Order: sequence, then C-alpha cells, then structure tokens
Amino acid sequence: MNWTWFHRLGSPPTFFRFAEKLAPWLAALALLLIGLAGYAGLFLAPPDYQQGDAFRIIYVHVPTAAISLSIYVLMAVAGAVALIWRMKLAEIAVVSAAPIGASFTAVALITGMLWGKPMWGAYWVWDARLTSELVLFFLYIGVIALNSAFNDPRAAARACAWLALVGVVNVPIVKYSVEWWNSLHQGSTLLSVQAIQKPKMSFDMLWPLLMSLAGFYLLFGAALLRRMQNLLLERERRARWVQDWLGEQN
Amino acid sequence: MTKRQSRMLAVAALVLGVGLAAAFGVTAFRKNMMYFQTPSDLVAGKSPVGAKVRLGGLVERGSVSRGEGLLVRFRLADCVKVIAVRYEGILPDLFREGQGIVATGALAADGQFVADEVLAKHDENYISPDLAASLKEQGGKHSCGEFKNTTATVTP
Repeated sequence: MNWTWFHRLGSPPTFFRFAEKLAPWLAALALLLIGLAGYAGLFLAPPDYQQGDAFRIIYVHVPTAAISLSIYVLMAVAGAVALIWRMKLAEIAVVSAAPIGASFTAVALITGMLWGKPMWGAYWVWDARLTSELVLFFLYIGVIALNSAFNDPRAAARACAWLALVGVVNVPIVKYSVEWWNSLHQGSTLLSVQAIQKPKMSFDMLWPLLMSLAGFYLLFGAALLRRMQNLLLERERRARWVQDWLGEQN
Repeated sequence: MTKRQSRMLAVAALVLGVGLAAAFGVTAFRKNMMYFQTPSDLVAGKSPVGAKVRLGGLVERGSVSRGEGLLVRFRLADCVKVIAVRYEGILPDLFREGQGIVATGALAADGQFVADEVLAKHDENYISPDLAASLKEQGGKHSCGEFKNTTATVTP
C-alpha cells in the first residue's frame, strides 16, 4: 500500500493549505443540510403516533449524541498515532477535537433532558445510558484540562492522547448500555441488528434524520479543520511557511 | 524491538488492560447497573418489604382501574411474572395499557407494590399516525423482552 499521500498530508504546510480549501465547502454543505433537515424535520415529517410533535427533537439529539461518540473514537485513534509515530498533526487533532466533542456531548445531554421531561416525566435519571454519556462529557473536559496543565504543548498533547486511549473504553459502554442493562432510555433506532432487518422508523421521518446526521458530521469536519489550522498557526508561528502564508494574506 | 514497536505495545497493552478491567467491572456490577428490577425479581423475593426499589415492566392490558382522587391501580408484567401496583399522583402522558413504565416505590406487606413516582419508558419505534392506524398499532407494541430480569430466564 502506498502511503506517500498520507505522509505528504501529514506535513503541516500541506495540511494547512488542504484544510483552507476544504473547510469552507464542508461548512457550506453542513449548513445547507442542517437547514434542510431542520425544515423537513419540523414541517414535512409527520408527528409520531405516540409522542406527537415532541419526538422532533430527535433531529438534533440523535446526530449530536452519535457524533459525540464518533469524535471520541477519532480522538483515541489520533492519540494512538500521536503516541506511536510521534506525528505532530495527530497530536494537534487530539487537542483540537476535545472542545468540539465536549460541545456535541453537551448538546446531546441538554436536548435529551428537554425530551425526557415531557415523555418520561423526568429531566434526568441515573440510568446506564445517561450516566455513561455524562462520563463521556467529563472525559472531554478532562482532556481539555489536561492539555492546559502543561507548559510544553507536545508533552500536553501526549498526556491527552493517553487519557483519550484510557477513556475510549467508555464508548462501547455508552453505545450498548441500553442493551446490556435495564435502562429508562430506549434502544437504538438506527444501528441495531433488528433495525437492519426491519426499520424502526417510517421513511418520511427517517430521511430528515439521516440528512441531519450527515450535516452535523460535516459541521464537525469543518470545525475540526479550522481548529487544527488555528493551532498549527500558533505552534509553528516562527516557521517559514507561516510567515509566507501570512504574507500572502496581506 | 525498536522504540516505535515498544510504544505500539504499550498502547495496545493499555487499551486491552483497561478494556478487560472494564469488562470485569461491568460484569461484576451487572445487577447494580440495572436501572430497575422486574416483577420476576420482586416476586422472587430479591427485595425486602419496605425497601425502596424501582420496578419496570409493561402495564398489563385491561388492568388499569382508577380509584378515589388520583389513585390508580394496575398490574405490571415482564415476560414471566405479574405484580399489582398502586399509585397516587399524576401519571406521565405516555402512560397507557401496554406501555412500558418504571415505578419507584416499595413492596407493601400485602404483596402489592406501592409507587410514589411513575415514569414512562417509550420504545425506539417511530411511526406516523396513518401508518400506525393501518398497522393497528395505536397502543404501541412494547415487548416484554425489553425488561431483563436477573432471576428467571426470559422467553419472550
């Protein structure tokens, strides 16, 4: 397998220019998809047979919750690459992903609470799903705090990478909590063995959800690229390529 | 072994070690991680009379009767056992026969479960009202298999 493209992309100046081109497209497509999904979710999708209109918060809750797990996995993979191959860009990815992950987790928790009150009858219960998602939030906060506890940014990033790897054990716990234990939270609508055999959601409710999911993933992509670019500019501010790039901007 | 290989080993050992520890942990505390017990657990005497527990199950069809004021009586079932529940208070909108619920309360001396809080547990199916009507699933289609008991084997 030829890894030349990967090594080339791993060099900060190449990555920076690549991100500079890609990020605006991701952001524009993300806003378009989220906007369309928001309209479709609020006006085109029918109400649910049991939950009525209250179910519509699913178009924010499910994408943000799914992405909160994906970001942690990505952070752990980048952490492993950073620790094993000492790749600078992977270190930057770990540190940049944490605040975005924390934000998505917070949105998932808050929308979940707003959904829980009218449907379950409680904002919060300490069942396995809610508790493990809260632990995920604290793990993100831990990575952010750990990063700012070091003077040397590379040592900080490696410490964060270790924490990301330790914490990744929580991801399958969040995902399967609703299958392994009794919980107030219901099982998975989209990703489960039964859901593949027989869909658990009418198609006219499903497509805005998939659209919203794609939109939020793209939004994460755009946010991650932008944060990584910022961090690269700061870390490499004395490098020749940064000076060149800043010169081009004026 | 090169330095890179030893770092690779360290990362793999950490992930495996933590994963294994977590697996042992969650298996050992399986019962404690259950948010609620089921009628089977309670009937099997897993909880002493008067002890505060959460009980989860399906509201048995045809079992709901309203008493004076806000008093409600119903029976709660998993796939195996049934238990009588009485509750005085406001019920969540989703409470209905056939619905999954979680009640917090204690077993009384007469064998009934006296609840002081009832939460509705909705399922993961989302269906439009038209489709639900054509499928005749107006009341929902909760399955008792969702309620995992730690005593009897469940045969849904």
